[in-house]
Amino acid sequence: MVPLNWYLMLSAAVFMIGVFGFLTRRNIIIMFMSVELMLNAVNISLVAFSHYLQDLRGQILVIFIITVAAAEAAIGLAIIIALFRNKDTVHADEMSEMKG
Amino acid sequence: MLPELFFGYYASAIVIFSLLVVTRSNPVHSVMWMLLLFFHIAGLYLFLNAEFIAAIQVIVYAGAILVLFLFVLLLLNLREELKVKKFVGSWPAGLFITAALLAIVLSAVKSFVPGPAGKYSVEFIKQETHTKALGKLLYTDYLFPFEIASLVLLVAIIGAIVLAKRKTGSK
Repeated sequence: MVPLNWYLMLSAAVFMIGVFGFLTRRNIIIMFMSVELMLNAVNISLVAFSHYLQDLRGQILVIFIITVAAAEAAIGLAIIIALFRNKDTVHADEMSEMKG
Repeated sequence: MLPELFFGYYASAIVIFSLLVVTRSNPVHSVMWMLLLFFHIAGLYLFLNAEFIAAIQVIVYAGAILVLFLFVLLLLNLREELKVKKFVGSWPAGLFITAALLAIVLSAVKSFVPGPAGKYSVEFIKQETHTKALGKLLYTDYLFPFEIASLVLLVAIIGAIVLAKRKTGSK
């Protein structure tokens, strides 16, 4: 039997790789893929909890997370297309209109 | 021994593929590694007796979301993407933040104590079948969140069309 902590460590590792990609990549599309990576890491830990605590509510939550991830991908990619049409670039460090 | 080996293969493959996803300079290669990553995550879900989740992982993530990413990559200019630097100038700071967060989370995982087990044991699900048990729960206790999820998808459909539509008559 694989201990639950292994799954949590795997989830933490994948989540942190996603955080690293989001913080450091210049390409906005890769940044979005890093967000998907983080959502997947959370899904792994939720399914593992659901199995080890013998409760299906974790998997219900996973279904909702996948729904929200699909919506987020559609909206985010539409925003990227609109940005590319106006600015001709997908690099995050070249967009400074908001002076952030 | 065999479950540990199985988990070890899947865990190492998932970590390696995620590293490849965030470090490739060609975004198309990133999407392809991500496809492999999603299939391995689906395999891990099967290992955890969550076959319905594994199926929607493959259908929604690998089938729909990644195709959407590929389509958007098709519309953008990839030629210059391969020539410029892939990381921002301050990437060591990002690496430091990530390593610190990982250390914090891993030290927190060690002191985790699981709560009491629920009624959905492996035998119960084997008798009920997984999809049926999940559907019963989703359409009774979680009916209202389920309806809200449909609203979220509707907003996403309309929002994506409005945002990506070319403005007619503005130029």
